[in-house]
Amino acid sequence: SVNADLRRERAAATFQPELLTHILDGGAERTRRRKEIEALVLNDPDFQHEDLNFLSRSQRYEQAIRKSSLMVMKLREYGIADPEEIYWFKSFVHRGRPEPLDLHLGMFLPTLLTQATPEQQDRFFMPAWNLEIVGTYAQTEMGHGTHLRGLETTATYDPSTQEFILNSPTVTSIKWWPGGLGKTSNHAIVLAQLYTQGECKGLHAFIVPIRQLGTHEPLPGITVGDIGPKFGYDEMDNGYLKMDNFRIPRENMLMKYAQVEPDGTYVKPVSDKLTYGTMVFIRSLIVGDSARSLSRACTIAIRYSAVRHQSELKPGEPEPQILDYQTQQYKLFPLLATAYAFHFVGAYIKDTYQRVSGDISTGDLSELPELHALTAGLKAFTSWTANAGIEECRMACGGHGYSRCSGIPDIYVTFTPSCTYEGENTVMMLQTARFLIKSYSQVTSGQQVTGMVSYLNELSRQRIQPQHVAARTVTMRINDPTSLVEAYKSRAARLVESAAKNLQAELNHRKSKEDAWNRTSVDLVRASEAHCHYVVVKLFTAKLAEVSDAAVHAVLTNLCLLYALFGISRNAGDFLQAGILTSAQISQVNQHVKELLAVIRPNAVALVDSFDFHDVHLGSVLGRYDGNVYENMFEWAKKSPLNKTQVHESFHKHLKPMQAKL
Amino acid sequence: SVNPDLASERQTASFCVEKLTALLDGGTEQTRIRRAVVEAIQSDPVFSRENQYFQTQNERYEAAVRKAVHLQKKMHEMGWTENGPEYKYIYRALSGDVAFLLHRVFMRSISVLGSDKQIAKWIPLATQHKLIGSYAQTELGHGTYLQGLETTAVFDTATQEFILNTPKISAMKWWPGDMGRSATHTVVFAQLYIHGKCYGIHPFIVQIRSLQDHSLCPGITAGDIGPKMNFEHIDNGYLLLKNVRIPRENMLSKFCEVRPDGTYVRQGSQQINYFTMTTVRISLISDEVLTPLMKACTIAIRYSAVRRQSKLKPGEQEAKILDYQTQQEKLLPQLAAAYAFHFVNDYLQELFNRGYGEIQRKNFDMLPELHALSSGFKAVITQQCTAGVEICLRACGGHGYSLLSGLPSLYTKIIASCIYEGENTILLLQTARFLLKCFMAANAGQPVPPSVTYLAAVKHGKCPAKNKLDFLSPDIYTEAYQHVAVRLTSSAAAKLQDLIQSGVKKHDAWNQCTVQLVQAAKAHCHYIAVKNFAETVEKLETKAGIQKIMKHLCDLFALHGIFSNTGAFLHDGYISAAQIDMVTASYLDLLAVIRKDAVPLVDAFDFTDKSLNSALGSYDGQVYQRLYEWAQKSPTNQMNPAYERYLKPLLHNTLSKL
Repeated sequence: SVNADLRRERAAATFQPELLTHILDGGAERTRRRKEIEALVLNDPDFQHEDLNFLSRSQRYEQAIRKSSLMVMKLREYGIADPEEIYWFKSFVHRGRPEPLDLHLGMFLPTLLTQATPEQQDRFFMPAWNLEIVGTYAQTEMGHGTHLRGLETTATYDPSTQEFILNSPTVTSIKWWPGGLGKTSNHAIVLAQLYTQGECKGLHAFIVPIRQLGTHEPLPGITVGDIGPKFGYDEMDNGYLKMDNFRIPRENMLMKYAQVEPDGTYVKPVSDKLTYGTMVFIRSLIVGDSARSLSRACTIAIRYSAVRHQSELKPGEPEPQILDYQTQQYKLFPLLATAYAFHFVGAYIKDTYQRVSGDISTGDLSELPELHALTAGLKAFTSWTANAGIEECRMACGGHGYSRCSGIPDIYVTFTPSCTYEGENTVMMLQTARFLIKSYSQVTSGQQVTGMVSYLNELSRQRIQPQHVAARTVTMRINDPTSLVEAYKSRAARLVESAAKNLQAELNHRKSKEDAWNRTSVDLVRASEAHCHYVVVKLFTAKLAEVSDAAVHAVLTNLCLLYALFGISRNAGDFLQAGILTSAQISQVNQHVKELLAVIRPNAVALVDSFDFHDVHLGSVLGRYDGNVYENMFEWAKKSPLNKTQVHESFHKHLKPMQAKL
Repeated sequence: SVNPDLASERQTASFCVEKLTALLDGGTEQTRIRRAVVEAIQSDPVFSRENQYFQTQNERYEAAVRKAVHLQKKMHEMGWTENGPEYKYIYRALSGDVAFLLHRVFMRSISVLGSDKQIAKWIPLATQHKLIGSYAQTELGHGTYLQGLETTAVFDTATQEFILNTPKISAMKWWPGDMGRSATHTVVFAQLYIHGKCYGIHPFIVQIRSLQDHSLCPGITAGDIGPKMNFEHIDNGYLLLKNVRIPRENMLSKFCEVRPDGTYVRQGSQQINYFTMTTVRISLISDEVLTPLMKACTIAIRYSAVRRQSKLKPGEQEAKILDYQTQQEKLLPQLAAAYAFHFVNDYLQELFNRGYGEIQRKNFDMLPELHALSSGFKAVITQQCTAGVEICLRACGGHGYSLLSGLPSLYTKIIASCIYEGENTILLLQTARFLLKCFMAANAGQPVPPSVTYLAAVKHGKCPAKNKLDFLSPDIYTEAYQHVAVRLTSSAAAKLQDLIQSGVKKHDAWNQCTVQLVQAAKAHCHYIAVKNFAETVEKLETKAGIQKIMKHLCDLFALHGIFSNTGAFLHDGYISAAQIDMVTASYLDLLAVIRKDAVPLVDAFDFTDKSLNSALGSYDGQVYQRLYEWAQKSPTNQMNPAYERYLKPLLHNTLSKL
């Protein structure tokens, strides 16, 4: 039976959670289909196993590989082919965790499709599709991640045998981190510096067999293994790869674009802009993942806070739910609002990507630079925020949050690498900044800019006035999200302008462009953050107009207001310094944030119910839908490996002898 | 050989590293003793931590027990005693990776809460490890709110026994260290009932496991609470009591006693209990909080001097990532915070020692201030150091995510400190309560403790800084911090009063002001930390370059605090918009200055490679070689059981048959 506190919370909600779930899923039909797939997986005995918290790393890897192979078979059996449906299926099978075939399915196969010649596809695609060939994508090296041009692995063409000779010339050149490389794969797409006719032609991709088909032993010249334990990703065999004069036929270079002819002549590719597309796509997935991971953490923390009672608010009365403390609401509700905001941002980028990639295939690349710049920044902005938010949720659960049974430690360690992979966040922010600065200089030279940066156009109009750019106070309507969007817009404009001016000042000082850029980079990152923050507030606000149900509209409006006002309160200095808001307005904002906490409080549990995570997927004793936390913590603990025997062997080995001696 | 990129960093140090180490240790003699202890422990293979990242929970636990047992032998061998000068360095040398830490808490609670007779009976047994103790306070349903604990101890006059029970699931003891597997005894906190009347929470010594075969005693259910984020070497446990009878003499009775006829007698002052909490909160700062941050800074800064990525200038070598302003802005404020809080810890220790002296003379006047400062700083330091370790972790990119970097385990360990010994939000509210009280008193012209006298001196001026260099003056920034602390305290006080006057009940009004009160408490601690750092710098000897570099760190600590919280300083116009630009400029300039000494500044923390246990942070900077060699030792590279079972059938064409 459901815990009485949670029952009461759900009964008091002012809206129907299913309606909100439909909005998050993109329609009632998508919700239905998602749940159908969820049931397919969760009711399948093949996908059941012991609680992963009690397994060693090797055991977790073993479970993952078992489930992955079944997953591939069943996906085909059920005929599930839509990318989003595959994503759901995989996410239910692996409960939101990575798995050893991720790189095979997500990088190896797609790269074959986009970069292999028809002949290469004939040779590799079907065996890879049938998992006779399992591949990974080996790009990152020990010494280089961010700076791709610095990769050191070499592939030297030998025209006499028509082979490439692959080498890892230094320790730092050892491939390091690729998922599925350590134990699973028998092939890898390796990125290496191509040398032919004595010249370096830059990075190219090669299909390299690494393990013997049949025995799975490493091939001669190949040293391969697992990189050891990590913070999370226990089920993933991230690996290393060292190659010593390892030869592969000429035909193993992926040659759809660049080519090396039998005599060693190098043929340049036509355009490399297309690789942008994949990056944009993957970064857009991370934005969605930020939303989902934060939503899971919020679900756990808010349900638990409704079940947990502690201390007294009023003397003589029963202990209140900890969710009734203002400090607890102040920790959790802004994060809840953030999770919703990021859901809508994720959906927006996905839609825009689909629209723009349609344009790309018809040859129109004009929107790509902005989308690329925007997703880089939003990837960093959302993953940083979610990363910190997940930890705040865990801390809000006190001691029990620290136990693995809370599920939040796992969410955190699984999520946190997304601040690093697919573009280190600071580097991403600086990419966005580069675009912002470029747009700013276009505006100052009299051109108009379009899209999300069009607010910069207003700067040139203001310049006619002698005053400081944004030194005009916004008439802020505190209950009107569109009015808050304006405030964020002014802040972004002012920080972009200030970074651009500082950059110019450094340039006047020192001349070297790179030095000036480096010495302004803290400002530049702040400008990018402000830009992203504005985009998020704007997209959340825009989403409200699409919501037809009045009750849902009301609750989402409150969340949107909380998101926007909390952001102002936290970054009050930016708004004050630029004169966008007065101190009196900031005080008003601070006060209104606290009022909103109380307004949202009755709907808090319903708002996390709307995320609609199944208990199995949530993987948390504290966040269970039925709220029966304590009895299930006890049940869970009894299964701990330390409890396998009544008297631990350490007693006989160490304790008893010591006591005998003393 | 030392990596040349790291060697070059050391050649240009502006100060004498050895002298700074001695300053941190509190004298050259202390440095010598510490190094001797570290050497003795770390040269002994039993204490090795090399395989720790590869071990399971069971293996970690066993190793910790083995180490604890071996440590007894070692101490005897070395002639170290619990009262000797070496003792405090042992834990640091072991990096805390040892069992029976709660045994000491067990002993301390008996010493503090027990009668002389009880002390005479139990302490020798515990000292000789005839029994292993734990301390069972927290329950599944209650941590923060001690009065809410649900375990019961009912006095039975007929047999002169207490009957202990766990009446419901939420009353189960949960979390106590060493209790899951090791302990034979524990101090249980329970609601005392005599003749049907409840007398509140009291401590009882309960035997839970047999001294012969370690099996559970009748009526006892106990075990391990399962895997956590860290502390895998500790068997945090649960305990369920069912009609467990213990003799009347087992209630710790220094302050309260139950007579044979069931009469309840209270004796002595309970205030000393507060003092115990204060002791614990202050004592954990150094080993549990500052050390991890210092280690994380050492690892991240050394690695950032070795790691090269991208080019700052075309045609040049790739740059050290430490040369990127954004990387400096992540790491150097954490380094400054480590130093700032080290000096706060010195300040608290000194205050504590003075307080202890007063208490010996039965003068409890200093207790409220000590309690407020230790609560507030416990919260502020654990929170900022935890955030700092996480920043260091993420600043190391992908390699930071490997356990072999040492950073994930530092992080998962330090985060627990935000919760144990008082949840941070609760502690800040305690500090805030003290601040409000003192604020009212000060404004009514009554005397208040020294750390809060500034609350009376409310000034409505403006920050006098004229250019960015002015912000390198401690007077200027200390006053700014003071101004913010006063403003936040007074506005929280005004808000609270308004609410109460408008008819809101007192407790509701308090709850509605808690977000503001937390901010005020933080501002107070931040102010004291800045002021204390500035005063410490002033007192340092000027030679050997120490004072100069400490001054830079002090400036950085102060300006970083303003830079990252400009709203608080701009709010009432104390600092102007133009002045914020000056702060930012000075702050960013300082990064470049301190950058030059970053590696020597972490070298001064003087951690051995074995203490760091990190592939990225070792003294010689041979990062990649070490990472590669260490990874090969991972158990995952010894065998692949999944291959025969799952991979082989997968690769052998099972799918193409579909």
